Amino acid sequence: MRTNNAPTNFGFGDDETMLRDMARKMLDERLPLERLRALVAAAPEPVYDAGERAPWDPALWQEIVALGWTGLAVGEAEGGAGISLAGIAGIVEEVGRHALPSPLIATLAASLVLRAAETDAARAVLTDIAGGATATLAITNERGSWDPADAPLAAHADGDDLILHGVARFVQDGFKADRLIVSARLGDDLVLCVIDPRAPGVALEADHIHDLTRDQASVHCQGVCIGPAAILSRDAATVLAAAWPGLLLLVAADLCGASEWLLQTTVAYARERVQFDHPIGFFQAVKHPLVNAMVAIDQARSLLYAACAEFDAGGDRAEIAARMAKSAASDAAATISAQAIQLHGGIGFTWEYGLHIFCKRNLHNQALLGDGVYQRAKLADLLIGPVSTATNAIG
Amino acid sequence: MAATDLTPEQRDFRDHARRWLAENAPPPPPERLPITPIEVMTVGQRDYLQAWQRKCYDAGLVGADYPKEYGGHGHSGCQRIANQELGRARVPFLINIVGLSMAAPTILQHGTEEQKRKFIPGCLTGEEIWCQGFSEPGAGSDLANQRTSAVRDGDDWIVNGHKVWTSLGHFAQWMILVTRTSKDDKYQGLTYFLCPIAGHPGVTVRPLVKITGESGFNEVFFEDVRLPDAFRLDAVGNGWAVAMTTLLAERGASEGAGSGGGGGDGAIEALIDLARGSWRNGVLAADDAVTRDAIMRRAIVGEGLRQNARRARVPALCDHPLRLPLQQKLTGSEFAQDNARLGVEIAGAHSTLYKRDPRAPAAGHWPLAYLNSFGNTIAAGTNEIQRNILGERVLGLPKSK
Repeated sequence: MRTNNAPTNFGFGDDETMLRDMARKMLDERLPLERLRALVAAAPEPVYDAGERAPWDPALWQEIVALGWTGLAVGEAEGGAGISLAGIAGIVEEVGRHALPSPLIATLAASLVLRAAETDAARAVLTDIAGGATATLAITNERGSWDPADAPLAAHADGDDLILHGVARFVQDGFKADRLIVSARLGDDLVLCVIDPRAPGVALEADHIHDLTRDQASVHCQGVCIGPAAILSRDAATVLAAAWPGLLLLVAADLCGASEWLLQTTVAYARERVQFDHPIGFFQAVKHPLVNAMVAIDQARSLLYAACAEFDAGGDRAEIAARMAKSAASDAAATISAQAIQLHGGIGFTWEYGLHIFCKRNLHNQALLGDGVYQRAKLADLLIGPVSTATNAIG
Repeated sequence: MAATDLTPEQRDFRDHARRWLAENAPPPPPERLPITPIEVMTVGQRDYLQAWQRKCYDAGLVGADYPKEYGGHGHSGCQRIANQELGRARVPFLINIVGLSMAAPTILQHGTEEQKRKFIPGCLTGEEIWCQGFSEPGAGSDLANQRTSAVRDGDDWIVNGHKVWTSLGHFAQWMILVTRTSKDDKYQGLTYFLCPIAGHPGVTVRPLVKITGESGFNEVFFEDVRLPDAFRLDAVGNGWAVAMTTLLAERGASEGAGSGGGGGDGAIEALIDLARGSWRNGVLAADDAVTRDAIMRRAIVGEGLRQNARRARVPALCDHPLRLPLQQKLTGSEFAQDNARLGVEIAGAHSTLYKRDPRAPAAGHWPLAYLNSFGNTIAAGTNEIQRNILGERVLGLPKSK
């Protein structure tokens, strides 16, 4: 793949470096591993059996809002910072590296879609986000389809209003969102609307999930009435397609950050843990798998930055680049998550030690928007061409 | 690469390289070329490739960043661009791979003024083919276990020993040679020489035959070979440090004096073409979901490696300065091997056909490429050694020995 308009440094200059380093420093201080463990994994039973929603730290979130992170992907005209996706990816990597429970990534994803809509209604929501509001996408149906055309909701017109019915599934951090960005089928069209989670006819149901660092909701809509000002786009297919590489890359950045943390944590353990008179990292059976994981993570990270640069440059290869990055990041995450637990031995298998927090976040993100196999099927359609039905007939 | 990221000199150079390569594609080779320089077997292949390197040198694409007094073109930051453009243009490779990527960088760093003037120009033009005399029957992965001895005799040295896996040795005028000058210390007892090969008294080059049945590399015997002290590179006892310079250059930590070419960029397209013409379970392989997934895996690795090379030049995105450069030999050789193996799998029944069989797909390329790929996963430090190096130097794990 060639990109001719993306900069050599992926658009990652001094400002982007400074933002990332600030994010790392802040999260190192405010969310060290002990704090994360105490927050989300104090004991298994309340989380998985009694509690419906994973705990998070609203006070830390207020600090993050004060830093302006909700407005990272919002343009300056709407009061945001208008940071490039390359710069955002650097911050999201840090978020992944600290497994931060927060509505940040959901809000960034919603912002990218709203930006692509280019309507006054969307700009109004972006202004709210820049002011600290949170948002999330509710665009996935019962089957868990990652095809934006498979909208979860159905709409019908009622004068100038729309009435929404249906259930949106797998809504990320829905319980932390002030705004829900939903897609709905309206005749042959696909519309994008914003709804208030507290509006009449809207009900959120918590999913019971493995990942301890987010919540996930099903959004039930029963006759939800949407005024014209809440209709963000009547061409949601185009809007979602334009934003889709960005959505993939936010998840890929989170995966890369968490995977790098798992690598460094496991390497540190292999340098210290002594068996048979040597730190276990002396043994090639431990050393080589760690190198293999590093190699996989590095390719994922390079693909991530390249795809962000292509997205920022408006390049026509953005979808290919983003699907490559998501595939590589998902597979690298699977590799290091498994090796982290395996190479830590018994201690890594315990609830108390906390590796599982990162591994489960990775498992969740691997599936989100399609795993490696899914991305490669999409890539094959783009790079080899669709499967030909004619040849099947010959067989 | 955006034009804005290049200096004016680099931009001009890139435009020149593109234009020149577009206008000066070499004529078809007189016989089938091997995939890499280390498999050059015949005089016909050598002459053709030597002429091509000379043309590239005259056009400024080889030795771009080397000082003019040593035969270079005196640019800065341009060799990397030349390498990229050579790779992109899918032209033949540069034959003098040892001279360009190992001998010249090492001589530039460790040589005397006289040595630099004498040896570097021939590396760049390709008129003097170089080979590498590091490996021995008892010194493979354990490279410091050198037995080939060099003993002082007045102003000369007398060399006796046996080197193996010597690619291009049958065409070489010169060898970069590591010898043992003292048995007191495994590492401090080594000394590095620049040794004449072709026609030099006491030197015997004997071909070794690879698993493919092809030749291309050799073993080299030294029997009382006399070397003037002027051919010693750096101090007596400093050979290990000099050898490390060579290996670092070889493993891709620097741009070298020229590389690229050989069309490695086209591997994925070639696999897709092969899949479009190969049948599997009643459908074209290009329509088989598992084959499609396998090809996309290769495409993603290929793009990942290209973007690694790009990221390696952005310090803010590199946690450790050697983390990406030291991966190149490992990842590049395994990428080629995995591609070739997939090609064999896709070719199915036709992968059984040797290149002489007229029905062999792509003139028998895939199975031969697969068998030959082990040359690069073994050479230049086996990939097991590469993983040790990465684990130790980058991840800071304890030395495995």
